[in-house]
Amino acid sequence: MNILVCVSRVPDTATRIIVGGDGKSIDKNGVKYIVNPYDEFALEEGLRLREKNGGTVTAITVGTDAATDVLRTALAMGVDKAVLVKGDEPADSYYVAHNIAKVAREINPDIIILGRQSIDFDSFQLPSMLAEMLGMPSVSVVSALKIENGSVQAERDVEGGKETVVCSLPCIISAQKGLNEPRYPKLPDIMKAKSKPIDTRDAEKTEPKTTIVGMEIPSKARAGKVLEATDANIDEIVRLLKEDAKVI
Amino acid sequence: MKNILVYLEASNNNLKRVSTEIATAACKIANGAKVTGIMINSNKEVASQASKFGVSEVILVSAPKIELHSSTAVAKIVAETAKEIAADCVIFPANSTGLEVAPRVAVKLDAGYIADCIELAADGDNLIAKKPVYAGKAVVKIKCETPVKVFSLRPNVFVAAENPTSIEIKEKTFDLSDSDLSAKVVNIAKNEGKLDVLEADIVVSGGRGIKGPENYHLIENLAKALGGAVGASRAVVDAGWRPHNEQVGQTGKTVSPTLYVACGISGAIQHLAGMNASKYILAINKDKDAPIFKNCDYGLVGDLFDILPKLTEKIQKAKM
Repeated sequence: MNILVCVSRVPDTATRIIVGGDGKSIDKNGVKYIVNPYDEFALEEGLRLREKNGGTVTAITVGTDAATDVLRTALAMGVDKAVLVKGDEPADSYYVAHNIAKVAREINPDIIILGRQSIDFDSFQLPSMLAEMLGMPSVSVVSALKIENGSVQAERDVEGGKETVVCSLPCIISAQKGLNEPRYPKLPDIMKAKSKPIDTRDAEKTEPKTTIVGMEIPSKARAGKVLEATDANIDEIVRLLKEDAKVI
Repeated sequence: MKNILVYLEASNNNLKRVSTEIATAACKIANGAKVTGIMINSNKEVASQASKFGVSEVILVSAPKIELHSSTAVAKIVAETAKEIAADCVIFPANSTGLEVAPRVAVKLDAGYIADCIELAADGDNLIAKKPVYAGKAVVKIKCETPVKVFSLRPNVFVAAENPTSIEIKEKTFDLSDSDLSAKVVNIAKNEGKLDVLEADIVVSGGRGIKGPENYHLIENLAKALGGAVGASRAVVDAGWRPHNEQVGQTGKTVSPTLYVACGISGAIQHLAGMNASKYILAINKDKDAPIFKNCDYGLVGDLFDILPKLTEKIQKAKM
């Protein structure tokens, strides 16, 4: 099985976001970057499919040289090959999808797996966008996956329940938490991953389809009425819920 | 803009609430443009409800081959309809269907797409959207550079407003080939009687302070008394006490209910990011220095095992 997993490099979830000097992107000073948490489920699923069916797992990312670190993590987890499509900071998802699609056409994967969203732009759009560009079926936000004789059955989380979706290979899957339990890379594998080759190509520029014109940190003034939990104060909170928030 | 196409959905033979919200949002930015709805495999009765929210035409598509749902087929129908009516703006709900279908439609229409918008406003000839990023820790202002623009709008954020108009329902049948149905839903399992955190107006979540899954009935009882959904912090989900679909936070769901109740949740930055858009926040924690108390409207400092039963009972009484 030829498996392609897309990985994205994002600020650690504990990062306090500060707007940078350009007023439209974050201040990158001191920000620690990690593999997008949902992409860990994608990598794990790719590795499990290889363990079951044989084949190769290729990890791919689009970004600057700095994105090499997430590919090293993928290699340490056990992927066979890593591809860096090198270019400027991605301008929009269309650019990322376009460049991944280009590599995918060349390596012809049976399945492409991504995280359900990258936790920086939270757009949930790459899986469907890529699938449309490649003319493949796709299932997003998948929490259980079965593949037998080229037939795919995926359970996907929707509001208030689950949908079971069927399609056939080749296809694109986006991973939701619960799909599996990602492995931790072992120290010797982390060391070995450092010297593994990374297939680096130049990204193709695309006309930006969307432009960010500003960024702000939302601030919401909260009443902050914090009380000791005496009976009288619980009554007061109930009154506030009724008269102020009007939820009772 | 001349033509706006809005993707409308039905639930229990009624127009979904999110559909009324996005129809209202479309009318607000229309400025003379025609607002057309598209509904697939529904009926005239539901489609005509859109007239209350300013939609003057609904294209009611019958495509029986879809049966339950198919993202690939729905994308094809919406994109072809958009081309037919020369839509320059297509609006989806940012729910599980919209988020999956909209990017496909954008590629088919060679359009810029902005996902999960919380504001959409006219900006000269263009539109400008606001969209949360980094799980809501920041918000970007963003616009499309393409002649055709696609947006998905976050549920529970745009307020539906009645704006009655006369409506024309155009029925048509859409023939699909098997390849159009390459991804097809074969079963939908509902969590019966369980409200989803994304759809609920009130969410009550438990954190590590609840100490174990056997105590979660305290959270459930409060949620029931308030008529809300049950949520959970990451710690609780990772410990296996609650299913992952209840997780609120940066690696879970981002919620924006009217009231969010955090019980025994300290308020890590990842959790705050997922619930900070809530209108009101009530925090219950025994540690008066917990960060959650700096981000709440109301707070109760004390033992939640003592507070939750009392609060539940008092709310039940207040409702009578």
